[in-house]
Amino acid sequence: MVGSTHFSAWSLLRRAFGGAWPEQWRAPEPRDAYDVVIIGAGGHGLATAYYLASQHGIRNIAVLDKGWLGGGNTGRNTTIIRSNYLCDESAAIYEHALKLWEGLSQALNYNVMYSPRGVMMLAHNHHDVRVFRRHVHANRLLGVDNEWLTPEQAKAFCPPLDIGRSVRYPVLGAALQRRGGVARHDAVAWGYARAASALGVDIVQNCEVTGIDRGPDGAVTGVRTTRGSIRCRKVGVVAAGHTSVLMAMAGVRMPLESFPLQALVSEPVKPVMPCVVMSNTIHAYISQSDKGELVIGAGTDVYTSYSQAGGPHIASHTLEAICELFPTFRRLRMLRNWGGIVDCTPDRSPIIGVTPVPGLFVNCGWGTGGFKATPGSGHVFAATIARGEPHPIAAPFSLDRFRTGRLIDEAAAAAVSH
Amino acid sequence: MLLIPCPWCGPRPENEFRHGGEAHVVRPVDPRCVSDAEWADFLYNRTNPKGIHAERWRHIHGCGRFFNCIRDTVTDRIVTTSK
Ligand SMILES: Cc1cc2nc3c(=O)[nH]c(=O)nc-3n(C[C@H](O)[C@H](O)[C@H](O)COP(=O)(O)OP(=O)(O)OC[C@H]3O[C@@H](n4cnc5c(N)ncnc54)[C@H](O)[C@@H]3O)c2cc1C
Ligand SMILES: [Zn+2]
Repeated sequence: MVGSTHFSAWSLLRRAFGGAWPEQWRAPEPRDAYDVVIIGAGGHGLATAYYLASQHGIRNIAVLDKGWLGGGNTGRNTTIIRSNYLCDESAAIYEHALKLWEGLSQALNYNVMYSPRGVMMLAHNHHDVRVFRRHVHANRLLGVDNEWLTPEQAKAFCPPLDIGRSVRYPVLGAALQRRGGVARHDAVAWGYARAASALGVDIVQNCEVTGIDRGPDGAVTGVRTTRGSIRCRKVGVVAAGHTSVLMAMAGVRMPLESFPLQALVSEPVKPVMPCVVMSNTIHAYISQSDKGELVIGAGTDVYTSYSQAGGPHIASHTLEAICELFPTFRRLRMLRNWGGIVDCTPDRSPIIGVTPVPGLFVNCGWGTGGFKATPGSGHVFAATIARGEPHPIAAPFSLDRFRTGRLIDEAAAAAVSH
Repeated sequence: MLLIPCPWCGPRPENEFRHGGEAHVVRPVDPRCVSDAEWADFLYNRTNPKGIHAERWRHIHGCGRFFNCIRDTVTDRIVTTSK
């Protein structure tokens, strides 16, 4: 059966001697009806389907995507994983995700290449120092690892870093989360897709949702797509930058704005960057992929857009910052750059839960930093859809918080767009 | 980088401007008389359309004035700007 290959050192070795790899997930035609339809086959949507099938016994599920699976922000992001956010609610969900990352390759029998190589956030001025030290204390009270480093300790952890005092924004210290790191973005989408498909989930690609149908009582009755209508009682919208567009189909206005966010990679070089380095103040972050490319994240454009490109001046601004922090990288050439459309909320925290429309659930607002949350987000969203009420970790991230005023302000912790 | 036609100064590069968000968001005249849901709608909910968008820009490094703009959010092409 498709997706049933068990990966092990032995199976890899055997394949090395010949025989094509079988397809890892099915490519079914959409059926007329499902129990649950998930809109968006990014990491979050696929993880949701996987946990619905594996933990809640709901297997009659379709995951629909207008493009190919993992082709949205999941396949465009710079894969930084960390859990050292400020608020208790955020620490709970990002830490929940981090714990799942630690065992994910084994759980999915698919190597997602989670690499806890450490995420170091640089402080360049007095305010940074105070804010980061406050974060360190808040995190440690919550049992989340985060420690303060002097400039010399930061340099020891990341040798190419320039800690000279004469630069425009000298490094005054850093906050380090050692369990933070990176994972392989495509493998995360593929691993969840493969595991969900093996449990009976239909993943339907090139299938754009164009309408959401509702009955006389207002509840969801199905979706319309470019590949026909599908009946269902529960719909989960997990469409990142396109969430406002989809929710408008059900008449729900969202506290979201969509912006292009860019990233770029250099030509591949031998290992030079042992960890992830981020700087909120001069807006840059960098790590090195296993292929040897330096992976660099730039900022968002200032205006809302679905153009999936982003202005070149945004990327050059980031490169200036990278060159100042890492003078040895100045002569590297950039190979590729691209953009994704990120959905930002006013408090820079996600929205996970029920909506005013019965049967309609939403998981969005991850903005510039939701890759790290993929397993945790899928896990609590699946529980929310299965039970029809928010999972305790998801509960504070309700859509209703914008009416009650209980915002979860992570503007500082999420200041650099990653 | 966009080339934005300021209605007062003419076409100028994007980095002379600040984006002012969706246009025509009206603050309720008497906040005491609106429900929490209406207040939240004013404060936080945005149309965020894929396509034609009515927005405001401010020419901060020029004349300093706000103006309205119609832009297509798929192509980023500016249809028109007005005072
Ligand atoms: C350049 C960049 C760098 C980033 N760096 C980081 C980082 O370092 N760390 C981090 O944690 N996060 C990062 N992020 C954010 C992260 O990528 C996202 O928060 C996360 O991947 C969102 O996952 P998702 O599954 O919700 O969305 P997506 O992967 O975008 O999936 C949504 C899917 O919905 C589909 N869809 C949309 N409309 C429809 C429709 N009408 N019908 C059917 N399907 C539809 C899309 O095709 C898409 O595949 C970055 C983002 C970008 C763009
Ligand atoms: Zn002007």
